[in-house]
Amino acid sequence: MKLKRLLAIAYKETLQIWRDPRSLAIALLMPLMQMGLLGYGVSLDVRHVALCVYDQENSQISRALVQDFASSNWFAVVRQLHNEAELRDAMDRSVCIGAITIASNFTRTLDSSGTASVQAIFDATDVNTTNIAIGYAQGVIALVTADFERNWLRMHGELAQTVGSVDLEPRVMFNEALDSRNFIIPGVVAVILGLVGAQLTSLTVSREWERGTMEQLISTPVTALELMIGKLMPYFIVGLVDAGFCLIAAIFWFRVPFRGAFGTLAATTMLYTLVVLGIGYLVSVRIRSQLGASQVALLLTMLPTTLLSGYTFPIDQMPHFVQMITYAVYPRYFVTILRAVFLKGSGLSELIGPILALVVFAVLIIRIAARSFHKRLDER
Amino acid sequence: MMDIAVQATGLTKRFGSFVAVDNLDLSIAKGEVVGFIGPNGAGKSTTIRMLCGLLKPSAGRAEVAGFDVARDPEAVRAHIGYMSQKFSLYGDLSVRENLLFFGGLYQVPRGEIEARMHMAIGMAGLEGREDVLVQTLAGGWKQRLALGCAILHRPPVLFLDEPTSGVEPEARRKFWELIHQLASQSVTILVSTHYMEEAEYCNRIALINAGQLVAIGSPGELRRHALGGTLYELSCEALGAAVTALGQMPEVIDAAIFSDKLHVLMRGSVEALQPWLATRGVTAGQPVPIAPSLEDVFVQLVSRSSVAGQT
Repeated sequence: MKLKRLLAIAYKETLQIWRDPRSLAIALLMPLMQMGLLGYGVSLDVRHVALCVYDQENSQISRALVQDFASSNWFAVVRQLHNEAELRDAMDRSVCIGAITIASNFTRTLDSSGTASVQAIFDATDVNTTNIAIGYAQGVIALVTADFERNWLRMHGELAQTVGSVDLEPRVMFNEALDSRNFIIPGVVAVILGLVGAQLTSLTVSREWERGTMEQLISTPVTALELMIGKLMPYFIVGLVDAGFCLIAAIFWFRVPFRGAFGTLAATTMLYTLVVLGIGYLVSVRIRSQLGASQVALLLTMLPTTLLSGYTFPIDQMPHFVQMITYAVYPRYFVTILRAVFLKGSGLSELIGPILALVVFAVLIIRIAARSFHKRLDER
Repeated sequence: MMDIAVQATGLTKRFGSFVAVDNLDLSIAKGEVVGFIGPNGAGKSTTIRMLCGLLKPSAGRAEVAGFDVARDPEAVRAHIGYMSQKFSLYGDLSVRENLLFFGGLYQVPRGEIEARMHMAIGMAGLEGREDVLVQTLAGGWKQRLALGCAILHRPPVLFLDEPTSGVEPEARRKFWELIHQLASQSVTILVSTHYMEEAEYCNRIALINAGQLVAIGSPGELRRHALGGTLYELSCEALGAAVTALGQMPEVIDAAIFSDKLHVLMRGSVEALQPWLATRGVTAGQPVPIAPSLEDVFVQLVSRSSVAGQT
C-alpha cells in the first residue's frame, strides 16, 4: 500500500464532495431532520389520554373524582357527556380513548356500603395504549381510595393503621423518570447513522463506473485497498460530523441524560461509523449503477436497522429465531452501547462484548469489500 | 528482445459465444506509432483493453513493456499510459487538480511533479487556465489534457483508444503532432482511430476486422501490395452494367463505383478491359492506373476478409 496513491484518492474524493454542496448539505442535514422526526414521533409513553366523563350524579365527591383524573397528567378530560347516546357517539367518533361513567347513586352507595364502582370504558383498537391507560386509571382510583380511607378514619376519630401493612417501594435506576424517550433517542442515533452512513458511500464507486472515470482509474497502479481507504477517509469525516450532530441533538435538545465518558462515546461512534460506511462501500463495489446501489443500500439497512436493532422493539420479546437473526444486525450492538453509555455511564470495559462484535463486523466487511473490487472490466 | 514493446500471440477474447478478438498476433517495436484501424465492433477497444490488463484474455498471451498482461497486470499498469475511448477525467476537478491526482496515482516524485505538470499544461495549450473546471473545456483541450494525464509518469508504452473521435480537424492535427513528439522520445504508441487520413500519420497500420488482424504494414506497403493487383480508374456511362460485366471478367479482382467513376482492381494486363466491356454494350474511356488510397485498401481488405469469414 502506497501512502501517496491513497492520499491522491482521498484528496480527489474530498474535492468532489466539496464541489457538490447540495449533496453535502443533504448528507449533513438529513440526519438532523430524521432525528427530529424519529425523536418526536417515537415515544412509548402514554400521556394525556383523551377521556370523556359522564357524571350522572354531579355531586361534590364525583366532581372531585373527575378532577383527580383531570389533574393526573395521564388523562385529559376532553368532554362532559350528558347521556348514554352521547357516550356511544363519542367512542364511535374516537373523540376519546376512554370514558368514565359515575352512577347517579355514587355518593349514596359509597356512604352506605363503603364501596362504590366507577365504570371505565376503553377503546381497545390500540391495545398497547389502552392497556397502559387502564393501568393509569387504576392508579388514579387507588390514590382516590386511599384518600377516602384516610378521611373516613379521621372523621371517625381513629388514627391510620400502619401495623401489618407492607409497602413496595420500587426504585428505578438509569432512567428514573421512566421516560421512554431517554431509552429511545440513543437508539435513534444508531439507526440514523446506520441508514445515512451506508447511503453516503453507496454511490462512491458506482458513480465512477457511470461517469466512465473508473476505466481510467483502474488502468493506473492504484490497488483495491488504497482505493477503498482513500475513498472512505473523507466520508468518515462526514459520517462523524453527522454522528456529532445527532449526539448533540440527543443531549442538548432531547435532554437525554448523558452519564458516560466522552472518550467511550467517541471511540465506539468511530467504530460504528466505519462499519456502516464499509457496508455502503461494499454495495457500491458490487452494483455498478448509482440508482441500484443507493436502493440496495437502503433496502439492506432500512428494515434490519429499524425493526431488528432493538431500538424500539425489544429484542428479548422477539421469537427465538428472530433473536438469532438480530446477532447479524450490527446496529443492535451500537444501540446497546449508546444506551449504556448515556444512561448507565458504562465504560469501555463493561461494553467489551458489543464492541468486539462491531470490531468483527468492521474487519469482515472491509476485507470483503476490498476483495470484491477487481481492477478488470469483465469481473465483478 | 529489448526493442519489442508490445508482443501479442494468439490473443483471443470471447464474451459468451461472441468472439470479439480472434487469435490476434501483433508485434510493436519500441518507438513505433502503430495505427489500429477497423470498423466499429471490430475488436480494437477489446484488444487495447487486454493489452492494458483491463480485460483478461480468453486465450493467447501478451507482453507489454516486458510484462505479461495476465500474470502481472500491475507491472504493466505502471509502465503504460492509457486513454479510454470515453473521456474519463474528472469534470468537477480543475485542470491542475486532475493532473495532481494522476501524478499522485502514478507516484510522480514530489520534486518533479511541478515541472511535469507544467509540461503537460503547455502541451495541452492550457496555460493560464490551470484552475478552470475540466467540464467547461472544449473537446480538443479535454483530449490533450487526458493525454497529458496519461504521460505524467513518462510511460514507455501508450495506448490511445480513439483519442480524436468527436474532435474538430484542427485539434486532431495538433493531437497527432503531440503523438509524434512522444514517439521521437522513443515512446511506443498504439492508437486506434476510424479517421482514414490519420492512418497516414502512423509508422505502421494494423487493420482489424471481425476480431481478426487483416493486414499490417506501413501505409506505403499496404497501398502497394495489400491489394494484390493494380488499381485503375475508368470513366464510363452505364456504371451499374459495367460493374456487372467486369464481375465476370477473370482478370478483375474487384470493381466498385467511386462517385461518377469506376475503380477496377486487376491482375495482369489491362489491355482486354475496353474490348470486354464493348462486347457487352458498355462504352468506356481509357483506364488510368491510379495509386490506391488507404481507404481503397481498407474497403477491399475488409470486404475480402468478411467474405472469407463467412465461408
